[in-house]
Amino acid sequence: MLRTHASKLAATTAMGAMLMAVAACGGSSSSGTDTAAPSASSASSAAAPTGAKVGLAYDIGGRGDQSFNDAAAAGLEKAKTELKLAGTKELEAGAGETGAQKEQRLRLLAQGGYNPVVAVGFAYSEAIKKVAAEFPDTKFAIIDDAAQGPNISNLVFAENEGSFLVGAAAALKTKKDHIGFVGGVQVPLIKKFEVGYTRGAQAVKPDIKIDVKYLTQPPDFGGFNDPAKGKTAAQGMYDSGADIVYQAAGGSGGGVFEAAKAAKGLAIGVDSDQALTADAGVRAVIMTSMLKKVDVAVFDFLKSFADGTVKAGATTYDLKAGGVDFSATGGQVDDIKNKLDEYKQKIISGDIKVPSE
Amino acid sequence: MSSSFTDRLLGRVRLGGLLGLAAPLLAIVFAGLVTSIILQLTGNPPFETMKLLADYGAQPRTIVMIINLATTYYISALAVAIGFRMNLFNIGVDGQYRLAALVAAAVGGALVLPAPLHVGVTILVAVAVGGLWASIAGLLKVTRGVSEVISTIMLNAIATGFGAWLLTTDRLAVAVSGSNNIGTKPIPPSGQFPGFGLIPGTQAKVFGFVVVAALLGLAYHILFNWTRFGFDLRATGKSESAAVASGVNVRKMVLLTMVLSGAAAGLVGMPQLLGASYSYSLDFPTGLGFTGIAIALLGRNNPVGIAIGALLWSFLDNSSDILDLEGIPKEIVIIMQGTIVLSVIVAYELVHRYRLAAEQRRVSRELSAGASAPEGVAA
Repeated sequence: MLRTHASKLAATTAMGAMLMAVAACGGSSSSGTDTAAPSASSASSAAAPTGAKVGLAYDIGGRGDQSFNDAAAAGLEKAKTELKLAGTKELEAGAGETGAQKEQRLRLLAQGGYNPVVAVGFAYSEAIKKVAAEFPDTKFAIIDDAAQGPNISNLVFAENEGSFLVGAAAALKTKKDHIGFVGGVQVPLIKKFEVGYTRGAQAVKPDIKIDVKYLTQPPDFGGFNDPAKGKTAAQGMYDSGADIVYQAAGGSGGGVFEAAKAAKGLAIGVDSDQALTADAGVRAVIMTSMLKKVDVAVFDFLKSFADGTVKAGATTYDLKAGGVDFSATGGQVDDIKNKLDEYKQKIISGDIKVPSE
Repeated sequence: MSSSFTDRLLGRVRLGGLLGLAAPLLAIVFAGLVTSIILQLTGNPPFETMKLLADYGAQPRTIVMIINLATTYYISALAVAIGFRMNLFNIGVDGQYRLAALVAAAVGGALVLPAPLHVGVTILVAVAVGGLWASIAGLLKVTRGVSEVISTIMLNAIATGFGAWLLTTDRLAVAVSGSNNIGTKPIPPSGQFPGFGLIPGTQAKVFGFVVVAALLGLAYHILFNWTRFGFDLRATGKSESAAVASGVNVRKMVLLTMVLSGAAAGLVGMPQLLGASYSYSLDFPTGLGFTGIAIALLGRNNPVGIAIGALLWSFLDNSSDILDLEGIPKEIVIIMQGTIVLSVIVAYELVHRYRLAAEQRRVSRELSAGASAPEGVAA
């Protein structure tokens, strides 16, 4: 009797331990980085006003995902040096927290005198509406969301347009007329990537075969941070005959690249130019990346704040604005670059309309 | 007077008098010590960190946030504790409350009813869905002997998949305008559970559901200590064979307990749904069922103990951001939570063993005194 109790208890405790481990992994050690105010800056350029104190709130994952969050962080880093920010503070969400905790995170930043405050990710949608109303003199920005408010700027992207281009690239490059898509979590945001990719591929080859796989479904957001799952999913696609796989899976993308290398296939990166940012061993398989220039958006917003020209409402980073694009690092798409640029012009001019769902 | 480790762990053996006070005190001292050492080792001043936490925790708004989150944790821990009381390890509270909240949110958003009825129906739906989902594990156990630990963990995964299937715009969800989020149709004001401004100095409102949680704790106490059902349940938990011998239908008890635990789990999402978000969307809080397991252990399945545990847990969770803001790694909070659970388990076990040893010494002293006395008479 005692044995069975003990084993049950062991299972329970193990679950608890795993849970805590997961929660611990969720946070990166670089959170809470505090940069002291460069007091010398005012002396060096006497006329320049002291730069802003910028607060940045990440969703789960934070820095270190080699993708979305890192792109936001890169924008902040650039602003730090170029705009002489007086200080920055980055806070990060915990696993499974409530909306009230997200609100409080933004509130703490605003209370602490951080202005502007940037929220990274649509999960902050409700929270930012409430907190922005409480602090009318603070400027807020949110990435990937259209939350309305007189002091909220929305930095939104046309991921579908960028994905259209890499979809066309995959269709032009495939030798088997069979390609794949690995999405991190089955949410509307990632669906935009899939739809654009599919349309782009079909624009080149109408009856191309496209495998689609999402790693997890909400509320399990682990699919953005699970390279093993990404590897298995991509492996399955290569095994069944696909030769190019596009990943929109955040931190799980590394697994997709590994699978591509093992199968001697090709892969397409996302968000950042991953032929430069991914692990050195797998860079060769990344034929192109769909660039979502979160760093540019963050920097632009901070710059507009420094210039005093912040405008509330949506700024759409689409192909026309150069907010999304494809990368040509490594020269693997040089031979088809003309064709891709042609599609790009057609989308910009409106000849091709890329649906988002 | 012998008791198994599990019995002691789950608080089925009571400590009386001063010893009952000694165990939690010992736990607090031990947890504080370990946390201080860890803080010191990671280069953060322990005293200042604790003071920072305490100051932040004493702010009116923080108090409201602590109470609100604790309400949710409390219900979750009670749901787990119901199973614990008869050795049923319901790991599935997580899946049960998520599915219940999703369906209840959809029903609540679709209904048009006068206020009290609207809230009532929504809650009833949640309770029913939670109970039904848990009954699958109960049925599997009584008919096929499947361990509820395994089946509830699997049902969690199935609930995730099923929930994701339901939460699409083709079915229960509507797109949140201009956002990448999707959620169920918002529950109209008539279906919302009003909060109240309990704490002066802030506009933030305490969830009205805190009253429901308190009533639930009371019901839990009465059920287990004052009813035939509660007695049967505890008896089955302590010794199945003895319960069978005295005419308890163990299969029925297993199924009922599982359903009861699931029904309580169905309420876990309600404070958040009816008091704050009014919609089940992609960012609805997850993992509350697992937190409930830790808090049930922390509170030793006692309704008051669980309340204290839930408040402590919620305080730590809510304070993590202030640490982050001050440049202290927020993961310290997770370490604290783990340390506290372990401390409580170790402290109670130590006190139990001390009591057992003291008792044995007393008995042996009495025996030897009793044995020597007749000799004296004889001599």
